[in-house]
Amino acid sequence: MMEKVIDIKHLNKSFGSHEVLRDVNFTVNKGEVVCLIGSSGSGKSTLLRCINLLETPSGGEIIYNGENILDDKHDIKQYRTHLGMVFQQFNLFNNHNVLKNCVVGQQKVLKRSKEEAKANALKYLQIVGMDQYVNAKPRQLSGGQKQRVAIARALAMDPEVMLFDEPTSALDPEMVGEVLKVMRQLADEGHTMLIVTHEMEFAREVSDRVVFMDKGVIVEEGTPEQVLVNPKQERTKEFLKRTLKQ
Amino acid sequence: MSFDIILSILKENWPSYLQGAYITLLIAVFSTIIGALIGLLIGVVHTIPLRKKSFKAVILKIINFILTVYVEIFRGTPMIVQAMVVFYGLYAYGIEMDRFVAAVVVVGLNTGAYMAEYVRGGIVSIDKGQYEAAAAIGMGHFQTMVHVILPQVFRNILPATGNQLIMNIKDSAVLSVISVTELFFTTKSIAGANFRFAESFIITCFIYLIMTFIASRILRVIEKKMDGQDAYQVQTKKEEPIL
Repeated sequence: MMEKVIDIKHLNKSFGSHEVLRDVNFTVNKGEVVCLIGSSGSGKSTLLRCINLLETPSGGEIIYNGENILDDKHDIKQYRTHLGMVFQQFNLFNNHNVLKNCVVGQQKVLKRSKEEAKANALKYLQIVGMDQYVNAKPRQLSGGQKQRVAIARALAMDPEVMLFDEPTSALDPEMVGEVLKVMRQLADEGHTMLIVTHEMEFAREVSDRVVFMDKGVIVEEGTPEQVLVNPKQERTKEFLKRTLKQ
Repeated sequence: MSFDIILSILKENWPSYLQGAYITLLIAVFSTIIGALIGLLIGVVHTIPLRKKSFKAVILKIINFILTVYVEIFRGTPMIVQAMVVFYGLYAYGIEMDRFVAAVVVVGLNTGAYMAEYVRGGIVSIDKGQYEAAAAIGMGHFQTMVHVILPQVFRNILPATGNQLIMNIKDSAVLSVISVTELFFTTKSIAGANFRFAESFIITCFIYLIMTFIASRILRVIEKKMDGQDAYQVQTKKEEPIL
């Protein structure tokens, strides 16, 4: 029996009268790598952002380690420290250098000592290959470098689940590889990862499970083989035909 | 009007000119600092996210209303009038403020009203992603402000603050209406004694120009300092990284 880390039940989200997510049921198990795919506007990013409450769901439940975090009493800040988030636009703190970006959360939120935070940050910066750039400011880095620092910043909080929101979509083609390489390594190390991506090849290689979304609902989910190679649903086939043509 | 006369006025009155310039500078610097702090506080309060229908939200709405009234009044009336109202108004109620303190208070409150808008603009213009990234690692509103947003706002409002300092150096001249012995008031006394108005005020003109010029240069240097080096050092194994 696999251990459920995040269990989403009947999740709804609407912006005004526009329904973006409709009755989404979905789980992430410990150590699993799940890729969310689908065309733009299908609701996959919204689903990811609902999971760490950057968007407030309109209805449903998000169960994290057995507790519904949508309860009013639940400490959202505490919950968020268990989720590492990587954004499409990197969102590194512009006023801090690379090292400080990876340290500030550990010190101020997790209350770790300066030495401990620094050692931990350097460990992860080394993993993403950015340990030589500790003194650089975000504006001095390329897109790929920024995204690798952003990954290290998220990892430095030692989260239980890593969330990636189209981590390579804002990158020049030649920088996509360096970021995917880091993510592949994290997957191999057994991190629990939920990835919204348009990189089909990457999704096929790395993920344990692929979830295809369309118009706010989960249309099909299964192993990469099942969803990407032998899809059952018409809509999935349609989507794959369109994306693979490019 | 001749150069000789200017020189002789200067020779006779330079300690008074210096004293006046010193008071002007003190008023300008203190009031700009006070104004910047007021502006910062108001800007931050104005941008606290409102949760629906809590007791805190009601309190916050009332505070916001009061602050808006303050900003509108001080932006919408001449500083010369504010000086009269504050100084003689309080005087009428038996409170005799020190003239210098009254001057700093009036210019400071005036600056605060303008700075509040600059700060609000500075906070609003910070990319939403910065807030989201801070929220995603578990920071609260206060932590996000202190560690992420405000340091960036400081940098953004620095040019506006510099402008305000320069304006305060010049505009503090209107405080002569409450007999603060700043540069303009001092010059009036000097000219009143020697009846050489043009020459006496030409000297004053240059003193103001020197003060504003130096102020703007200093601010440029501070801006450069805050931006840091253009290049970064690639870290080799042995060196200790700087936090």
